Amino acid sequence: MWDGIGDFIAMGGHGPYVWGSYGVFAMVLLAEVSVLARRRHRIRTILARRSSPGAASTWNQKQEESLEP
Amino acid sequence: MTYRRIRWLKFTAPANFYALVQRLAPWLWAGAAVLAVAGLYTGFFVAPPDYQQGNSYRIMFIHVPTAWMGMFLYLLMAVYAVIYLVWRIKMADIMARSLAPTGALMTLLALWTGALWGAPTWGTFWVWDARLTSTLILLFLFLGYIALHAAVDDREKGGRAASLLALIGAVNVPIIYFSVEWWHTLHQGMSITLTQAPTMAPSMFTALLLMTGACWLYSAAVTLRRAQAEALERESDSQWVTEAVQREHALRQPAAPAVRAVEPRGAISKEGDS
Amino acid sequence: MGRSLWTLLRRDVSLTVMRRQDVLTVVVFFIIVITFFPLAVGPEPETLRAIAPGAIWVAAALASVISLDRLFADDWRDGTLEQLALIQQPLALVALTKIAAHWLALGLPLVLLSPVLGYSLGLQGFELVTLAASLALGMPVLSLLGACGAALTLGVRAGGALMALLILPLYVPVLIIGSGAVAEAMHEAGPSAHLSLLGAMLALAVPLAPLAVAGALRIALD
Repeated sequence: MWDGIGDFIAMGGHGPYVWGSYGVFAMVLLAEVSVLARRRHRIRTILARRSSPGAASTWNQKQEESLEP
Repeated sequence: MTYRRIRWLKFTAPANFYALVQRLAPWLWAGAAVLAVAGLYTGFFVAPPDYQQGNSYRIMFIHVPTAWMGMFLYLLMAVYAVIYLVWRIKMADIMARSLAPTGALMTLLALWTGALWGAPTWGTFWVWDARLTSTLILLFLFLGYIALHAAVDDREKGGRAASLLALIGAVNVPIIYFSVEWWHTLHQGMSITLTQAPTMAPSMFTALLLMTGACWLYSAAVTLRRAQAEALERESDSQWVTEAVQREHALRQPAAPAVRAVEPRGAISKEGDS
Repeated sequence: MGRSLWTLLRRDVSLTVMRRQDVLTVVVFFIIVITFFPLAVGPEPETLRAIAPGAIWVAAALASVISLDRLFADDWRDGTLEQLALIQQPLALVALTKIAAHWLALGLPLVLLSPVLGYSLGLQGFELVTLAASLALGMPVLSLLGACGAALTLGVRAGGALMALLILPLYVPVLIIGSGAVAEAMHEAGPSAHLSLLGAMLALAVPLAPLAVAGALRIALD
């Protein structure tokens, strides 16, 4: 159906619109996932440090590291 | 019947919910990826160009699913809001709150892709088309929910207020849609109307369905993951959180590569599945 | 129904009217916003006439938002609201009474003033009557919807701006139908369909909105 890669990218003259849509779509979803991943990572790191052995005495540290975003 | 009911209520406990998502999420990500690949392949290499719009119509494969998801997620959010208001199940508020950002993003993407589809088709990026306008209002409703939930310091109060707002919004959504539709038909001076291709080629329809499925699974995965994070934050002092973190910490050493292949996003894959 | 509600209505109306400043602020705001349209669009009579229904309705919606800021806030701050929640009447009826009082004190002046402002933008005769009628039917709906937002944002930081974000999207149907009624009156199609729809909205909002407001007030009082 497509006449080589150039034809595919051109999209019959509508390339900027089509790729602008799909590009932003992909970028927004990737951004959402990576923001979420970072949030989960942060929570996990804090929680793991809290529950690791020897953390019982670090009550102050626990107070410092708020989980509130 | 009773068996089933018990099983459902089981997941209103954050600990059980967390474990369920832990198992479910990899499959959701994988399903979304598979459907997206299949949908994109069908959409770009099987479906023929439209006889009127050429290739620009291929934006439809993400425009229509995101628009549907935006509306569907708002409805779902309102359902969880009602559950929270009536039964005060904490997980329902967590779910409603986790749905809102994804719903807002889907609505935003529907607007963006709609604008870029409109440019070659209607000759302008924006018209006050009935559907575009009501989608814009839907975005405002999402933003209002998010803003209200975030503005109240007390989490429980904020959740209840935002849930009530979601309910009010859901009651109003049909009225808004109807009135915007009516407003649009009354302004007959507008010459540009959305012309759908009268008959859609079967391959186009297949691609649309596949992409809708992909968006649905993606939304499910990302909202459930967000709900997990939210549950961890809110319940950080409880026993099950400590246990879950320790269990995953132990699991992390013999890293599970199978999951990593499905989930390319770094930290999410780290906890491994059950 | 209920002498206590009647007393509450009279108290709220007289409190607002006696303070004078509140009524004056809203009325002047309404006039200023409408003045902005000729200044921004230009003084051509045809253009002004074309935008008049929309301009007046937009000004009315904005005036409604700024007036609702204080609907429950004062009573909430000094504890009156807690006392009101304790009286025998259902909280929804108390809320409806307060909204009615608020509309009588702050909404009605705008309705009475609207024909004058409509005339200044070039509306005539029957159109002015339609304008006042549409505002009389539509602005109570705005107050009822807005009261939900006002109750939800009680005690919230930057509550006023947040309230505008919450309730302005909900104003859309009323704005469309209300300004549509006046536009129809200009085109000789007759505004009866639009006015009936506004009436239907009012009939829906009067029983439903107070329930939501009562729910929101309970959350704030908890």
